[in-house]
Amino acid sequence: MTWIGDNTALIWEQLREHLYLALVPMLLGLLISIPLGYVATRFSWLANPLVALGGVLYSLPSIALFIVLPAILGTQVLSSVNIIVALTIYAVSLLIRNVIDGLRSVPEDVLQAAVSVGYGTLRRVVTIDLPIAVPVIFAGLRVVTVANISMVSVGAIIGIGGLGELFTTGFQQDFLTPIVVGVVLSLALALVADILLVGLQRVLTPWARVISPVKEA
Amino acid sequence: MIEFEDVTKQYPDGTVAVDELSLRIPSNEITVFVGPSGCGKTTSLRMINRTIERSSGRITIDGEDITAGDPVTLRRGIGYVIQHAGLFPHKTVVDNVATVPKLLGWDKKKTRATAMELLERVGLDLKLAERYPAQLSGGQQQRVGVARALAADPKIMLMDEPFSAVDPIVRQQLQEELLRLQRDIGKTIVFVTHDIDEAIKLGDNVAVLRVGGKLAQFAPPAELLANPTDDFVESFIGQDRGYRKLTFLKADNLPLAGLPADLSLDDDGQPLGWKRGGELIPVGATFKPGGSLRAAMDSVLTSAVGQGVCVDEAGKAVGVIDYTALAGVLRP
Repeated sequence: MTWIGDNTALIWEQLREHLYLALVPMLLGLLISIPLGYVATRFSWLANPLVALGGVLYSLPSIALFIVLPAILGTQVLSSVNIIVALTIYAVSLLIRNVIDGLRSVPEDVLQAAVSVGYGTLRRVVTIDLPIAVPVIFAGLRVVTVANISMVSVGAIIGIGGLGELFTTGFQQDFLTPIVVGVVLSLALALVADILLVGLQRVLTPWARVISPVKEA
Repeated sequence: MIEFEDVTKQYPDGTVAVDELSLRIPSNEITVFVGPSGCGKTTSLRMINRTIERSSGRITIDGEDITAGDPVTLRRGIGYVIQHAGLFPHKTVVDNVATVPKLLGWDKKKTRATAMELLERVGLDLKLAERYPAQLSGGQQQRVGVARALAADPKIMLMDEPFSAVDPIVRQQLQEELLRLQRDIGKTIVFVTHDIDEAIKLGDNVAVLRVGGKLAQFAPPAELLANPTDDFVESFIGQDRGYRKLTFLKADNLPLAGLPADLSLDDDGQPLGWKRGGELIPVGATFKPGGSLRAAMDSVLTSAVGQGVCVDEAGKAVGVIDYTALAGVLRP
């Protein structure tokens, strides 16, 4: 326990880094997969290849990706950019399916009504299509967030891994406490992030919780 | 006035949805496009707000070609109601109604006031304003759809089978409310339906279209029933067009008989029933002097004693008519 007291600053630093390395790719993944998903619903022949490509990319082992990326990107091996790019690739490959499914879940008559009352395309996508797609997109976002939080630790192998670095410290020193702290904090982080996402979704979709038809007046 | 001049819609695969359609849709009246599926009625309607672009020909609104401006601006000036209402599920009722004013950038206060006023106008309880569409019945949703279409006070309203997904009783209510509303607002309404009864009930003019997008006949309903232009129109109108034609004939100047002694009346002169062996038999449907011949006919047909009772606005019995007398009027 004294180890924890002696290393609070380090633990906080790793936690902060872990959060950063997990959340930035999640946000980037969202920013990339939304326009990509929209294009795939406009040109529907693109949807299946994109989802399939996502599946292939997601099956790449993360360690391999962390190691190969510096060569491709020309970054330093110890740069956090590698982790962020790798996790963004995973995020996009998972989210693309949900964004496409979510945009497709917008009922045809709603789309037709939106166009007919005079929405321009961009305004329609932002204020009609995406809000209606939120429940489906958030289902994917929750998976991505939890997966990212667990995968950041793998980065410790190449020296940047947030809480994962507590694991390497523990293994190197044959000392259990940092490993336990790392595991507990990773789990807690995943749990808190998931709860926050569920809360955010509830705030964003008050309409999705009201299914109680009123009798004909 | 909306005018179609030789308008054709052909899809890339060669299907002709609308074939050289020419017609004039008069302002401030209800014009109904009716026909079987595949007759191009919805396509014709959607070419007016350019959600479908025509292949050739010209469509003008008050003389101006609709392709002169930007389609989004055009659409904001034309109300639009569809089957199942197409309400935005993530917006409250009042926000749904406020859609077009918001797009047009009206100030918030005016937008909300207008939306609330419209909800009232289409017969919705204002308590529903903050609900979401999923919390409303089909009929209520359709009323919200009409309110949304009217929010920015457009001159034209397009309605694409708006009442076909609700049950018959609600449909009838909605039809009657549309007619009542139209008496107040006098919009140029183009209404699409596959139901000829709905077309005849609502339309000031009815355009009957046949499969392949050709106009078969364009006429007021009474004219359509009296003189169908060909076999297609005649069969589409249905078997009982003679009876339905009576809807458009006024029941004034009928040879009413005086009130018979066996018709029991209350103190206000309203009919209670027919006296038969110490019992009262219900009078059935009654009709008014200014009503339709169809109502008079219905009154005779539903009467247990073969006599229809004519009542004035206050419900006071003013006379009766029987089969023989009515038949004399119906004889051409």
